[in-house]
Amino acid sequence: MISLFRHGPSITMRLAALVVLSILLMTLDHRQQHLQDVRAALSLFVYPIQYVFNIPVSAGRWFSENVMTRQELLEENASLSAQRLLLEVRLQKLDVLKIENMRLRQLLDSSIKVNEKVLIAELLAVDLEPFSRQVTLNKGRRQGVYVGQPLLDAYGIMGQTVRVGPLTSKAMLITDPSHALPVQVNRNNLRAIAVGSGSPELIELQHLPNNADIVMGDLLLTSGLGGRFPRDYPVAIVTQVVRDPGEPFAKVSAHPLAHLEDSREVLLVWPTTVQAVEDEGDCVDDECALGQEEGAQ
Amino acid sequence: MKQPQLHGRWVIVLSFIVALSLTIVPMPDWAAPLRPEWVVVVLIFWCLAVPQRVSVGTAWFCGLLLDVLRGAVLGQHALTLSLVAYVTIKLHRRIRVYPRWQQSLAVLALVLLHQLPLFWVNGMMGVSGQDWSYWLPALSSALLWPIVYPLLRDLQQRFRVV
Repeated sequence: MISLFRHGPSITMRLAALVVLSILLMTLDHRQQHLQDVRAALSLFVYPIQYVFNIPVSAGRWFSENVMTRQELLEENASLSAQRLLLEVRLQKLDVLKIENMRLRQLLDSSIKVNEKVLIAELLAVDLEPFSRQVTLNKGRRQGVYVGQPLLDAYGIMGQTVRVGPLTSKAMLITDPSHALPVQVNRNNLRAIAVGSGSPELIELQHLPNNADIVMGDLLLTSGLGGRFPRDYPVAIVTQVVRDPGEPFAKVSAHPLAHLEDSREVLLVWPTTVQAVEDEGDCVDDECALGQEEGAQ
Repeated sequence: MKQPQLHGRWVIVLSFIVALSLTIVPMPDWAAPLRPEWVVVVLIFWCLAVPQRVSVGTAWFCGLLLDVLRGAVLGQHALTLSLVAYVTIKLHRRIRVYPRWQQSLAVLALVLLHQLPLFWVNGMMGVSGQDWSYWLPALSSALLWPIVYPLLRDLQQRFRVV
Protein backbone atom coordinates (compact mmCIF):
# COMPACT_ATOMS: atom_id res chain seq x y z
CA MET A 1 0.00 0.00 0.00
CA ILE A 2 1.53 3.27 -1.09
CA SER A 3 0.27 6.14 0.96
CA LEU A 4 0.10 9.50 -0.70
CA PHE A 5 1.28 11.31 2.37
CA ARG A 6 4.57 10.23 3.80
CA HIS A 7 4.99 10.14 7.56
CA GLY A 8 8.08 11.08 9.45
CA PRO A 9 10.69 13.72 8.68
CA SER A 10 11.10 14.94 5.10
CA ILE A 11 13.76 13.48 2.87
CA THR A 12 15.83 16.66 2.99
CA MET A 13 15.91 16.53 6.78
CA ARG A 14 16.90 12.88 6.70
CA LEU A 15 19.66 13.61 4.20
CA ALA A 16 20.98 16.42 6.37
CA ALA A 17 21.03 14.14 9.41
CA LEU A 18 22.81 11.37 7.49
CA VAL A 19 25.37 13.78 6.04
CA VAL A 20 26.20 15.05 9.51
CA LEU A 21 26.41 11.47 10.76
CA SER A 22 28.74 10.46 7.89
CA ILE A 23 31.06 13.39 8.50
CA LEU A 24 31.11 12.54 12.20
CA LEU A 25 31.92 8.92 11.37
CA MET A 26 34.70 9.90 8.99
CA THR A 27 36.29 12.24 11.50
CA LEU A 28 36.08 9.67 14.29
CA ASP A 29 37.41 6.90 12.07
CA HIS A 30 40.27 8.99 10.76
CA ARG A 31 41.38 10.63 13.98
CA GLN A 32 40.68 7.95 16.56
CA GLN A 33 40.47 4.22 16.70
CA HIS A 34 37.12 3.94 18.50
CA LEU A 35 35.28 2.62 15.46
CA GLN A 36 37.26 -0.60 15.16
CA ASP A 37 34.40 -2.52 16.77
CA VAL A 38 31.79 -1.04 14.44
CA ARG A 39 33.95 -1.91 11.47
CA ALA A 40 34.51 -5.40 12.80
CA ALA A 41 30.76 -5.92 13.22
CA LEU A 42 30.05 -4.66 9.72
CA SER A 43 32.80 -6.81 8.28
CA LEU A 44 30.82 -9.85 9.44
CA PHE A 45 28.09 -8.74 7.00
CA VAL A 46 30.46 -8.57 4.06
CA TYR A 47 32.54 -11.63 4.96
CA PRO A 48 30.17 -14.01 3.09
CA ILE A 49 30.60 -11.92 -0.07
CA GLN A 50 34.38 -12.03 0.16
CA TYR A 51 34.22 -15.73 0.96
CA VAL A 52 31.98 -16.53 -1.98
CA PHE A 53 34.32 -14.76 -4.37
CA ASN A 54 37.24 -16.69 -3.05
CA ILE A 55 35.52 -20.00 -3.89
CA PRO A 56 36.21 -19.97 -7.69
CA VAL A 57 39.86 -19.17 -7.04
CA SER A 58 40.32 -21.92 -4.48
CA ALA A 59 38.24 -24.33 -6.57
CA GLY A 60 40.51 -23.63 -9.54
CA ARG A 61 43.56 -24.42 -7.46
CA TRP A 62 41.96 -27.58 -6.07
CA PHE A 63 41.10 -28.66 -9.59
CA SER A 64 44.57 -28.05 -11.00
CA GLU A 65 46.09 -29.91 -8.05
CA ASN A 66 43.83 -32.88 -8.63
CA VAL A 67 44.26 -33.30 -12.35
CA MET A 68 48.06 -33.36 -12.25
CA THR A 69 49.53 -36.35 -14.01
CA ARG A 70 51.61 -38.93 -12.21
CA GLN A 71 54.65 -37.82 -14.19
CA GLU A 72 54.27 -34.23 -13.04
CA LEU A 73 53.83 -35.35 -9.45
CA LEU A 74 56.94 -37.48 -9.61
CA GLU A 75 58.95 -34.60 -11.07
CA GLU A 76 57.67 -32.23 -8.46
CA ASN A 77 58.41 -34.76 -5.74
CA ALA A 78 61.97 -35.18 -6.99
CA SER A 79 62.62 -31.47 -7.20
CA LEU A 80 61.11 -30.91 -3.76
CA SER A 81 63.22 -33.56 -2.08
CA ALA A 82 66.32 -32.18 -3.77
CA GLN A 83 65.40 -28.76 -2.48
CA ARG A 84 64.75 -30.14 0.99
CA LEU A 85 68.14 -31.76 1.10
CA LEU A 86 69.74 -28.49 0.12
CA LEU A 87 67.82 -26.57 2.77
CA GLU A 88 68.63 -29.11 5.44
CA VAL A 89 72.31 -28.78 4.75
CA ARG A 90 71.99 -25.02 5.08
CA LEU A 91 69.93 -25.45 8.22
CA GLN A 92 72.68 -27.45 9.86
CA LYS A 93 75.03 -24.58 9.33
CA LEU A 94 72.37 -22.19 10.57
CA ASP A 95 71.88 -24.16 13.78
CA VAL A 96 75.55 -23.94 14.54
CA LEU A 97 75.58 -20.25 13.75
CA LYS A 98 72.51 -19.64 15.89
CA ILE A 99 74.06 -21.33 18.88
CA GLU A 100 77.29 -19.48 18.35
CA ASN A 101 75.42 -16.21 18.07
CA MET A 102 73.53 -16.92 21.31
CA ARG A 103 76.79 -17.72 23.08
CA LEU A 104 78.42 -14.54 21.87
CA ARG A 105 75.44 -12.51 22.95
CA GLN A 106 75.50 -14.12 26.34
CA LEU A 107 79.12 -13.09 26.58
CA LEU A 108 77.99 -9.56 25.77
CA ASP A 109 75.44 -9.87 28.58
CA SER A 110 72.33 -9.39 26.47
CA SER A 111 69.97 -12.07 25.33
CA ILE A 112 68.00 -12.20 22.14
CA LYS A 113 65.03 -14.38 21.42
CA VAL A 114 65.50 -15.91 18.05
CA ASN A 115 62.34 -17.87 17.47
CA GLU A 116 59.34 -15.78 16.61
CA LYS A 117 55.81 -17.15 16.63
CA VAL A 118 54.31 -17.21 13.15
CA LEU A 119 50.96 -18.02 11.57
CA ILE A 120 50.33 -18.75 7.91
CA ALA A 121 47.49 -16.72 6.39
CA GLU A 122 46.05 -16.73 2.92
CA LEU A 123 45.06 -13.73 0.85
CA LEU A 124 41.40 -13.61 -0.05
CA ALA A 125 41.08 -12.83 -3.73
CA VAL A 126 39.51 -9.38 -3.58
CA ASP A 127 40.31 -6.11 -5.30
CA LEU A 128 40.31 -3.06 -3.09
CA GLU A 129 40.75 0.67 -3.59
CA PRO A 130 42.91 1.01 -6.69
CA PHE A 131 45.24 3.65 -5.27
CA SER A 132 46.02 2.27 -1.86
CA ARG A 133 47.92 -0.98 -1.72
CA GLN A 134 46.08 -3.20 0.72
CA VAL A 135 45.22 -6.87 0.87
CA THR A 136 42.66 -8.91 2.81
CA LEU A 137 43.78 -11.91 4.85
CA ASN A 138 41.71 -14.86 6.00
CA LYS A 139 42.85 -14.61 9.62
CA GLY A 140 41.37 -12.25 12.18
CA ARG A 141 41.08 -11.52 15.87
CA ARG A 142 39.96 -15.12 16.52
CA GLN A 143 43.45 -16.24 15.59
CA GLY A 144 45.08 -13.55 17.69
CA VAL A 145 45.91 -11.11 14.89
CA TYR A 146 46.34 -7.53 16.10
CA VAL A 147 46.59 -4.14 14.44
CA GLY A 148 50.14 -3.31 13.37
CA GLN A 149 51.26 -6.91 13.05
CA PRO A 150 54.16 -7.55 10.62
CA LEU A 151 53.40 -9.54 7.50
CA LEU A 152 56.06 -11.53 5.61
CA ASP A 153 56.29 -13.87 2.71
CA ALA A 154 59.07 -16.29 1.88
CA TYR A 155 61.23 -13.51 0.44
CA GLY A 156 60.87 -10.52 2.74
CA ILE A 157 58.68 -8.03 4.56
CA MET A 158 55.31 -7.45 2.92
CA GLY A 159 53.56 -4.98 5.21
CA GLN A 160 51.49 -4.80 8.36
CA THR A 161 47.88 -5.29 9.39
CA VAL A 162 45.88 -2.09 9.64
CA ARG A 163 42.39 -3.37 10.43
CA VAL A 164 41.40 -6.54 12.19
CA GLY A 165 37.94 -8.06 12.06
CA PRO A 166 36.81 -11.22 13.83
CA LEU A 167 37.55 -13.49 10.85
CA THR A 168 39.47 -11.38 8.35
CA SER A 169 41.95 -8.56 8.47
CA LYS A 170 43.30 -5.91 6.13
CA ALA A 171 47.00 -5.38 5.68
CA MET A 172 48.83 -2.43 4.17
CA LEU A 173 51.72 -3.32 1.89
CA ILE A 174 55.07 -1.55 2.16
CA THR A 175 54.45 0.03 -1.25
CA ASP A 176 51.41 1.95 0.01
CA PRO A 177 52.16 5.69 -0.05
CA SER A 178 51.17 6.05 3.60
CA HIS A 179 53.45 3.25 4.79
CA ALA A 180 56.89 3.90 6.25
CA LEU A 181 59.33 1.26 7.42
CA PRO A 182 62.58 1.73 9.37
CA VAL A 183 65.37 -0.07 7.52
CA GLN A 184 69.13 -0.33 7.55
CA VAL A 185 71.66 -1.15 4.88
CA ASN A 186 73.09 -4.61 5.41
CA ARG A 187 76.60 -3.56 4.31
CA ASN A 188 77.20 -0.71 6.74
CA ASN A 189 74.14 -0.44 9.04
CA LEU A 190 73.15 2.93 7.61
CA ARG A 191 69.67 3.68 8.92
CA ALA A 192 66.85 5.08 6.78
CA ILE A 193 63.10 5.18 6.40
CA ALA A 194 61.58 3.33 3.43
CA VAL A 195 58.36 4.91 2.22
CA GLY A 196 55.94 3.35 -0.26
CA SER A 197 55.52 4.99 -3.64
CA GLY A 198 52.09 3.68 -4.61
CA SER A 199 53.53 1.80 -7.57
CA PRO A 200 53.69 -1.95 -6.94
CA GLU A 201 57.41 -2.51 -7.40
CA LEU A 202 59.03 0.54 -5.84
CA ILE A 203 59.80 1.97 -2.42
CA GLU A 204 61.82 5.09 -1.72
CA LEU A 205 64.35 5.94 0.97
CA GLN A 206 63.72 9.41 2.27
CA HIS A 207 66.01 12.06 3.71
CA LEU A 208 69.32 10.42 2.95
CA PRO A 209 72.00 13.10 2.43
CA ASN A 210 73.82 13.24 -0.90
CA ASN A 211 77.01 11.89 0.63
CA ALA A 212 75.36 8.91 2.30
CA ASP A 213 77.19 5.66 1.69
CA ILE A 214 74.61 3.78 -0.32
CA VAL A 215 75.02 2.21 -3.75
CA MET A 216 73.00 0.21 -6.22
CA GLY A 217 72.54 -3.40 -5.14
CA ASP A 218 72.65 -2.72 -1.41
CA LEU A 219 70.42 -5.03 0.60
CA LEU A 220 68.01 -3.29 2.98
CA LEU A 221 66.97 -5.07 6.20
CA THR A 222 64.45 -4.09 8.82
CA SER A 223 66.24 -2.26 11.60
CA GLY A 224 63.76 -3.15 14.32
CA LEU A 225 63.68 0.47 15.42
CA GLY A 226 60.17 1.63 16.13
CA GLY A 227 59.45 -1.69 17.77
CA ARG A 228 56.86 -2.87 15.30
CA PHE A 229 58.83 -5.04 12.89
CA PRO A 230 61.28 -7.76 13.94
CA ARG A 231 64.95 -7.09 13.20
CA ASP A 232 67.02 -8.21 10.25
CA TYR A 233 64.39 -9.37 7.81
CA PRO A 234 65.18 -8.56 4.17
CA VAL A 235 63.08 -5.72 2.72
CA ALA A 236 64.42 -4.53 -0.62
CA ILE A 237 67.37 -4.15 -2.98
CA VAL A 238 68.49 -0.64 -3.89
CA THR A 239 67.93 -0.18 -7.61
CA GLN A 240 68.74 3.45 -8.22
CA VAL A 241 70.63 6.23 -6.46
CA VAL A 242 70.39 9.72 -7.93
CA ARG A 243 72.63 12.35 -6.37
CA ASP A 244 71.76 15.82 -7.64
CA PRO A 245 74.04 18.48 -6.08
CA GLY A 246 71.17 20.97 -6.30
CA GLU A 247 68.94 18.84 -4.09
CA PRO A 248 69.40 18.48 -0.34
CA PHE A 249 68.76 14.74 -0.35
CA ALA A 250 69.70 11.86 -2.60
CA LYS A 251 66.88 10.13 -4.43
CA VAL A 252 67.12 6.44 -3.57
CA SER A 253 64.68 3.86 -4.93
CA ALA A 254 64.56 0.20 -4.04
CA HIS A 255 62.78 -2.89 -5.29
CA PRO A 256 60.90 -4.89 -2.61
CA LEU A 257 62.09 -8.47 -2.24
CA ALA A 258 58.72 -9.81 -1.12
CA HIS A 259 56.52 -10.91 -4.00
CA LEU A 260 53.87 -8.32 -3.18
CA GLU A 261 51.69 -8.89 -6.20
CA ASP A 262 51.68 -12.65 -6.48
CA SER A 263 52.07 -14.15 -3.02
CA ARG A 264 49.09 -16.10 -1.81
CA GLU A 265 50.40 -17.54 1.43
CA VAL A 266 51.83 -15.01 3.82
CA LEU A 267 53.23 -15.21 7.33
CA LEU A 268 51.92 -13.21 10.25
CA VAL A 269 54.65 -12.74 12.84
CA TRP A 270 54.44 -12.13 16.56
CA PRO A 271 57.76 -10.38 17.10
CA THR A 272 59.49 -10.97 20.37
CA THR A 273 61.20 -8.07 22.04
CA VAL A 274 64.79 -7.64 20.96
CA GLN A 275 65.65 -5.71 24.10
CA ALA A 276 67.66 -7.21 26.91
CA VAL A 277 65.91 -9.55 29.34
CA GLU A 278 65.29 -7.00 32.06
CA ASP A 279 62.38 -5.22 30.39
CA GLU A 280 59.03 -7.01 30.20
CA GLY A 281 60.74 -10.34 30.42
CA ASP A 282 57.68 -12.30 31.45
CA CYS A 283 54.75 -10.76 29.61
CA VAL A 284 52.86 -12.62 26.92
CA ASP A 285 54.04 -11.76 23.42
CA ASP A 286 50.69 -10.42 22.24
CA GLU A 287 50.41 -8.05 25.17
CA CYS A 288 53.90 -6.75 24.64
CA ALA A 289 53.18 -6.13 21.01
CA LEU A 290 49.89 -4.40 21.80
CA GLY A 291 51.60 -2.19 24.30
CA GLN A 292 54.20 -1.20 21.74
CA GLU A 293 51.59 -0.57 19.16
CA GLU A 294 49.70 1.80 21.43
CA GLY A 295 52.92 3.50 22.29
CA ALA A 296 53.70 3.94 18.62
CA GLN A 297 50.41 5.63 17.99
CA MET B 1 -1.40 -6.21 0.60
CA LYS B 2 1.36 -7.34 2.90
CA GLN B 3 2.50 -10.21 0.69
CA PRO B 4 3.94 -8.34 -2.35
CA GLN B 5 5.80 -5.88 -0.11
CA LEU B 6 7.59 -8.66 1.75
CA HIS B 7 8.12 -10.45 -1.52
CA GLY B 8 9.69 -7.41 -3.07
CA ARG B 9 12.08 -6.73 -0.26
CA TRP B 10 14.41 -9.64 -0.90
CA VAL B 11 14.67 -8.70 -4.59
CA ILE B 12 15.99 -5.30 -3.57
CA VAL B 13 18.31 -6.76 -0.94
CA LEU B 14 19.57 -9.40 -3.36
CA SER B 15 20.27 -6.87 -6.09
CA PHE B 16 22.34 -4.82 -3.65
CA ILE B 17 24.24 -7.92 -2.52
CA VAL B 18 25.02 -8.76 -6.14
CA ALA B 19 26.14 -5.17 -6.74
CA LEU B 20 28.41 -5.29 -3.67
CA SER B 21 29.87 -8.59 -4.88
CA LEU B 22 30.52 -7.23 -8.36
CA THR B 23 32.37 -4.38 -6.71
CA ILE B 24 35.02 -6.73 -5.33
CA VAL B 25 35.10 -9.50 -7.91
CA PRO B 26 38.68 -9.79 -9.21
CA MET B 27 39.15 -8.36 -12.68
CA PRO B 28 42.10 -8.42 -15.07
CA ASP B 29 44.47 -5.48 -14.70
CA TRP B 30 43.48 -3.70 -17.86
CA ALA B 31 39.77 -3.80 -16.93
CA ALA B 32 40.10 -2.87 -13.27
CA PRO B 33 40.00 0.95 -13.77
CA LEU B 34 36.88 0.48 -15.92
CA ARG B 35 34.93 -1.32 -13.19
CA PRO B 36 31.50 0.36 -13.08
CA GLU B 37 30.14 1.64 -9.79
CA TRP B 38 27.64 -1.19 -9.50
CA VAL B 39 26.15 -0.15 -6.19
CA VAL B 40 25.47 3.37 -7.45
CA VAL B 41 23.80 2.06 -10.62
CA VAL B 42 21.54 -0.32 -8.68
CA LEU B 43 20.76 2.40 -6.15
CA ILE B 44 19.79 4.83 -8.92
CA PHE B 45 17.50 2.22 -10.43
CA TRP B 46 15.63 1.50 -7.21
CA CYS B 47 15.40 5.20 -6.38
CA LEU B 48 13.79 5.79 -9.78
CA ALA B 49 11.52 2.76 -9.57
CA VAL B 50 10.38 2.72 -5.95
CA PRO B 51 11.41 6.02 -4.37
CA GLN B 52 8.96 5.48 -1.52
CA ARG B 53 10.89 2.37 -0.40
CA VAL B 54 14.54 2.86 -1.30
CA SER B 55 15.66 6.19 -0.01
CA VAL B 56 18.59 7.95 1.63
CA GLY B 57 18.54 5.58 4.63
CA THR B 58 19.04 2.47 2.49
CA ALA B 59 21.68 4.29 0.48
CA TRP B 60 23.52 5.24 3.65
CA PHE B 61 23.62 1.69 4.97
CA CYS B 62 24.81 0.33 1.61
CA GLY B 63 27.50 2.98 1.61
CA LEU B 64 28.65 1.84 5.02
CA LEU B 65 28.98 -1.75 3.78
CA LEU B 66 30.86 -0.47 0.74
CA ASP B 67 33.24 1.39 3.06
CA VAL B 68 34.04 -1.78 4.95
CA LEU B 69 34.34 -3.80 1.76
CA ARG B 70 36.76 -1.36 0.15
CA GLY B 71 38.66 -0.60 3.32
CA ALA B 72 37.88 3.09 3.02
CA VAL B 73 37.28 5.53 5.85
CA LEU B 74 33.93 4.71 7.46
CA GLY B 75 31.21 7.07 6.24
CA GLN B 76 32.87 8.06 2.98
CA HIS B 77 30.70 6.06 0.59
CA ALA B 78 27.75 6.38 2.98
CA LEU B 79 27.87 10.13 2.49
CA THR B 80 28.11 10.07 -1.29
CA LEU B 81 25.50 7.34 -1.77
CA SER B 82 22.93 9.17 0.32
CA LEU B 83 23.66 12.30 -1.74
CA VAL B 84 23.09 10.34 -4.96
CA ALA B 85 19.85 8.86 -3.59
CA TYR B 86 18.63 12.31 -2.58
CA VAL B 87 19.25 13.91 -5.99
CA THR B 88 17.78 10.90 -7.81
CA ILE B 89 14.61 10.97 -5.74
CA LYS B 90 14.25 14.72 -6.16
CA LEU B 91 14.48 14.30 -9.96
CA HIS B 92 12.93 10.85 -10.38
CA ARG B 93 9.76 12.06 -12.12
CA ARG B 94 11.84 13.75 -14.80
CA ILE B 95 14.49 11.07 -15.24
CA ARG B 96 11.85 8.33 -15.54
CA VAL B 97 10.43 9.79 -18.75
CA TYR B 98 13.78 10.52 -20.39
CA PRO B 99 14.77 8.38 -23.38
CA ARG B 100 17.29 5.71 -22.47
CA TRP B 101 20.40 7.53 -23.75
CA GLN B 102 19.45 10.64 -21.82
CA GLN B 103 19.01 8.53 -18.72
CA SER B 104 22.57 7.32 -19.32
CA LEU B 105 23.73 10.92 -19.23
CA ALA B 106 21.89 11.39 -15.95
CA VAL B 107 23.63 8.28 -14.59
CA LEU B 108 26.97 9.72 -15.72
CA ALA B 109 26.26 12.91 -13.80
CA LEU B 110 25.07 11.01 -10.71
CA VAL B 111 28.12 8.73 -10.62
CA LEU B 112 30.33 11.80 -10.95
CA LEU B 113 28.40 13.26 -8.02
CA HIS B 114 29.32 10.09 -6.16
CA GLN B 115 33.00 10.25 -7.12
CA LEU B 116 33.68 13.94 -6.57
CA PRO B 117 33.16 13.98 -2.77
CA LEU B 118 35.12 10.70 -2.57
CA PHE B 119 37.94 12.44 -4.40
CA TRP B 120 37.86 15.37 -1.97
CA VAL B 121 37.74 13.18 1.09
CA ASN B 122 40.62 11.06 -0.25
CA GLY B 123 42.57 14.26 -0.86
CA MET B 124 41.93 15.42 2.70
CA MET B 125 43.01 12.04 4.08
CA GLY B 126 46.23 12.29 2.09
CA VAL B 127 45.56 9.49 -0.41
CA SER B 128 47.63 10.51 -3.41
CA GLY B 129 48.40 9.08 -6.81
CA GLN B 130 44.99 9.41 -8.43
CA ASP B 131 45.12 10.17 -12.13
CA TRP B 132 42.51 10.65 -14.81
CA SER B 133 41.56 6.96 -14.79
CA TYR B 134 39.85 7.63 -11.44
CA TRP B 135 36.90 9.06 -13.38
CA LEU B 136 36.51 6.14 -15.83
CA PRO B 137 33.92 4.25 -13.71
CA ALA B 138 31.44 7.08 -14.32
CA LEU B 139 31.73 6.51 -18.04
CA SER B 140 31.47 2.72 -17.84
CA SER B 141 28.47 2.96 -15.48
CA ALA B 142 26.68 5.26 -17.93
CA LEU B 143 27.47 2.93 -20.84
CA LEU B 144 26.16 -0.02 -18.85
CA TRP B 145 22.89 1.64 -17.92
CA PRO B 146 21.00 0.62 -21.12
CA ILE B 147 21.83 -3.03 -20.29
CA VAL B 148 21.28 -2.97 -16.56
CA TYR B 149 18.06 -0.99 -16.67
CA PRO B 150 15.96 -3.54 -18.65
CA LEU B 151 17.34 -6.37 -16.52
CA LEU B 152 16.36 -4.78 -13.24
CA ARG B 153 13.08 -3.56 -14.75
CA ASP B 154 12.31 -7.16 -15.68
CA LEU B 155 13.07 -8.35 -12.17
CA GLN B 156 10.98 -5.59 -10.70
CA GLN B 157 7.96 -6.45 -12.84
CA ARG B 158 8.27 -10.21 -12.40
CA PHE B 159 8.35 -9.97 -8.62
CA ARG B 160 6.00 -6.99 -8.54
CA VAL B 161 8.20 -4.79 -6.39
CA VAL B 162 6.14 -1.67 -5.80
